Amino acid sequence: MSHLLYLAGRSAWNRRLTLGLTLIAIALSVTLLLGVERVRHDARESFAQSVSGTDLVIGARTSPVQLMLYSVFRIGEATNNVKWESFQHLAAHPLVAWAIPLSLGDSHRGYSVVGTSTAYFDHFRYSGEQTLTFSAGTRFANLFEAVVGAEVAERLKYRAGDRIVLNHGASDIGAEHADKPFTVVGILARTGTPVDRSVHVPLEAIEAIHLDWQGGAPMPGVAIPAEYVRKFDLTPKNITAALIGLKSRAAVFRMQRYSNEYEGEPLMAVLPGVALDQLWQVVGIAERVLLAVSGMVVAVGLAGLVAVVLASLNERRRELAILRSVGARPREIFLLLMIEAVGITLAGAVAGVILLAILTATLAPVAAARYGLIIEQRYVASGELVLLGAVVAMGVLASLLPGYRAYKLSLADGLTPRL
Amino acid sequence: MTAAPIVRLDNLRFTWPGQSAACLHIAELVVDAGERIFIYGPSGSGKSTLLALLGGVLTPQHGRVRVLGADLSSMRPSLRDRFRSDHVGFLFQLFNLVPYLSVIENVVLPCRFSARRRAQAVSAGNSVQGEALRLLAHLDIDASLLTRRVTELSVGQQQRVAAARALLGRPEIVVADEPTSALDADRQEAFLQLLLRECDAVAATLLFVSHDRRLARAFTREIDLAAINRADREPQGS
Repeated sequence: MSHLLYLAGRSAWNRRLTLGLTLIAIALSVTLLLGVERVRHDARESFAQSVSGTDLVIGARTSPVQLMLYSVFRIGEATNNVKWESFQHLAAHPLVAWAIPLSLGDSHRGYSVVGTSTAYFDHFRYSGEQTLTFSAGTRFANLFEAVVGAEVAERLKYRAGDRIVLNHGASDIGAEHADKPFTVVGILARTGTPVDRSVHVPLEAIEAIHLDWQGGAPMPGVAIPAEYVRKFDLTPKNITAALIGLKSRAAVFRMQRYSNEYEGEPLMAVLPGVALDQLWQVVGIAERVLLAVSGMVVAVGLAGLVAVVLASLNERRRELAILRSVGARPREIFLLLMIEAVGITLAGAVAGVILLAILTATLAPVAAARYGLIIEQRYVASGELVLLGAVVAMGVLASLLPGYRAYKLSLADGLTPRL
Repeated sequence: MTAAPIVRLDNLRFTWPGQSAACLHIAELVVDAGERIFIYGPSGSGKSTLLALLGGVLTPQHGRVRVLGADLSSMRPSLRDRFRSDHVGFLFQLFNLVPYLSVIENVVLPCRFSARRRAQAVSAGNSVQGEALRLLAHLDIDASLLTRRVTELSVGQQQRVAAARALLGRPEIVVADEPTSALDADRQEAFLQLLLRECDAVAATLLFVSHDRRLARAFTREIDLAAINRADREPQGS
């Protein structure tokens, strides 16, 4: 066997240009296939980890997926609000251990502004049972104070004490609340969740910056300076959604029904896991299509390999006849060709894995910053290993073809190729 | 063992698949150890087929091929391949060398497939490499050529490298298929003398096939393939 490995290696090296290009094609197709699988897997992971401690998400009636997307993942916008009285009513329910109000809609340089209470810092959980911690500063205690997520602080180079201005609406196009700047008092440690890309301010501050606003624009002729806002009632009138933690998880359906049947206004409570499952059912179709397309690309790469090896066979008939004359069996000729094709497949798969590792290392920060998608650094995950195994198995199957062809040729040619 | 002829063909008949007429039909052919046989045959007379039968690459539909007393026809194909690499060195007209291997690697190629040839090369020259170098030197291959790509060698040099390969590890039989026809007249004679000398040195029986009768002088026996091949004289479809 070792002499065949040696001969196959020397022969392949002799044709390194064509085989090298084929190897690159296979490597790229493997990178694509594993990359799709990795993004798919990690997207699910990072979504699931974003709300690990929350039993129910409550908001205005909409689709459960949409409620999850805007309240937890800051994707899209709420169509309706929840009255403050409703929130207080539900928060006071005996089954409820804690409730975090969320008021969304403003932004800061593209990052979402979340109006909330200090319950957020006490009760929010991610990635299992992890709580929020501060890498600098503390939680907000006064009206115009803000706590920024790790990504916000890193990108915009904020430190405790910096002053920032919020924008109305989800984009930078919205008018600025320039008259009421905030002071950054705390920076949260990195969580790998949308928290990293959020600016947290007290609920009352959201109310305060909109005192002199109406219908999404400053009221003409009315300007209430920051120092006077405390004279007004800053109790919020509406919030966007609420995260609820229960004393006992067993009561989750009871509390869900209670919220859904709340008489004050039409509300909806969703279980994050159930809503995410719905989301994945929708996204799953696209995922499967992507995986199928990547699988096709791998098949194209392997077909190219078979074509290249088969095409080389005609030029190699003399070489194979020489090997036959010095004692190679047809079976060994078969193996020689198999080794070459399988070797290229394996090398392509390894190169693909390495390329993916390099791509993940360089692109993971971008994906985290732009999309909040946490892509883990690793060589091969178990799901990817299955795909990799399938690629190699396909490669072995595909290699049978040139192997068999060479076998037949060497049987027919014997010692003197009929060219 | 010594009593048995090196090669013995009995009532051999071979027909290529898909053809109705036999290509070869030889009633009897016996070659004894140490003979220098010149097999004369114009192109198309079945020379290559005969050599493939002797090498065990082909098997006859009828009759028997015995080499060194062993019946090739009754061996399993993989055993025949092993037998060939153990006992027969081949030398062809052209393109004898594997283009991606060096001169030395080409010469030691049979030892990669045959443990017997390897063992005999080692016992003759301390190592396979050493024996290969010794043979190459005997065949007038300058040491400076050893590092060249085989494709850069002249045809004559390539044939001598191929001869060294055929002789390495002392196979009992050397089969040469028109090894000189690509050489010019002067070099033909020189190459033939080298080949005969080295066959003597390793005590190999030489079966030399050519269409060029002028070369026959140097051999102990000349066989006219057309004369012993009855296939042409048989009615078609027999």
